[in-house]
Amino acid sequence: MAAKVFTIDGQEISATEGQSVLEAAHEAGIRIPTLCHLEGVMDVGACRLCLVEIAGSNKLVPACTTQVADGMVVATTSERLQRYRRLLLELLFAERNHVCAVCVSNGHCELQSLAMHLGMDHVSFPYTFPKLEVDLTHRLFGMDHNRCVLCGRCVRVCWYVEGAATKNFSGRGASSRIISDLNQPWGESRTCTACGKCVHACPTGALFEKGTTVGEMQKDRGKLEYIVTAREKKQWIV
Amino acid sequence: MDRLKIATVWLGGCSGCHMSLLDLDEWLFELAKVADVVYGPLVDTKEYPAAVDVCLVEGAVANTEHVELMHQIRQRTRVLVAFGDCAVTGNVTALRNPLGSAAPVLERAYLDPANLRPALPHEPGVVPPLLDRVLPLQEAVPVDFFLPGCPPPADRIKAFLQELLAGKAPHLTGANLRFG
Repeated sequence: MAAKVFTIDGQEISATEGQSVLEAAHEAGIRIPTLCHLEGVMDVGACRLCLVEIAGSNKLVPACTTQVADGMVVATTSERLQRYRRLLLELLFAERNHVCAVCVSNGHCELQSLAMHLGMDHVSFPYTFPKLEVDLTHRLFGMDHNRCVLCGRCVRVCWYVEGAATKNFSGRGASSRIISDLNQPWGESRTCTACGKCVHACPTGALFEKGTTVGEMQKDRGKLEYIVTAREKKQWIV
Repeated sequence: MDRLKIATVWLGGCSGCHMSLLDLDEWLFELAKVADVVYGPLVDTKEYPAAVDVCLVEGAVANTEHVELMHQIRQRTRVLVAFGDCAVTGNVTALRNPLGSAAPVLERAYLDPANLRPALPHEPGVVPPLLDRVLPLQEAVPVDFFLPGCPPPADRIKAFLQELLAGKAPHLTGANLRFG
């Protein structure tokens, strides 16, 4: 495969053809904030936190779904990008009920940690405080829609890693929900294999193992990496 | 230099932030060298004084008394700080907001579990009515600084106050900005 040479934040980088800007940046040790990106499953550009600027275009593009090209000049930390990222993050917090203090994922949450790293000391929008369901019908796992950011990581691992196709989206915009099968209680799903990949893919405490309390739900991304690496590279990580 | 006038307030919160403030232990003596605590749950002052330099507000705005008090405090305070997650986000105090009003909470607390003479508290002028929607502090009055955490650990409070005492605008970063 042909090598592509381009620059990120003034640093010259070589990447392989077909690689995303995000992958190339991470390989070069340049950190771009992400939320819906998950190692091992395809990127969909849902959360927009990895937006970057490309010289010559006024449009902001997600680094995860933009392929590298020769001579591309990418900026990841401009003031405009930082402003937008903070805005996106504040909107995510305002849209549902994220109460870190009483969350199973407190201390291990990607949303919480993004807020920390992007310097969010408060949310400047009025919180919407929607009334949302908690589905505890599954034998092993729970789904708390209050904490869901609709990143779709659970849907992607369920379809493309496990192949069960239990998880899906319903609705549009702010009324979107993650559903099981045909919008049934999770416990009544006939396709769910109870593998738990969705739980471990989830960046927040929206999906959790039953029986965990505040701060106890630590997600194990290593398991997903193990499966995907074994499948794609025929290598079994020990 | 004049001694700084510091106040603290306890609105709809658990007082955990105040406990964390007391966790500053011996550094409180350092604080006492340069500042007086002129109002708050740790001081016996009935009326919020005029010309307060810094006020740390713990808790969310949950009833009509909180609203009135905060308007008065804002007028009489130079630097207003949202102190802890309840003040910054509504946090646990605002968990009732998705229910839409104060009524279901009052019913759950005073009517559902009551065996004898169930009744909602109603003492106009004595018991302030709950707001239908609990507000983070900045939705009630303009806030100058935010000090998140549930509660903010003593070290974080210290880092924040030290910058403030040095006449700088406190700027928390990294782990010092963690909610929860």
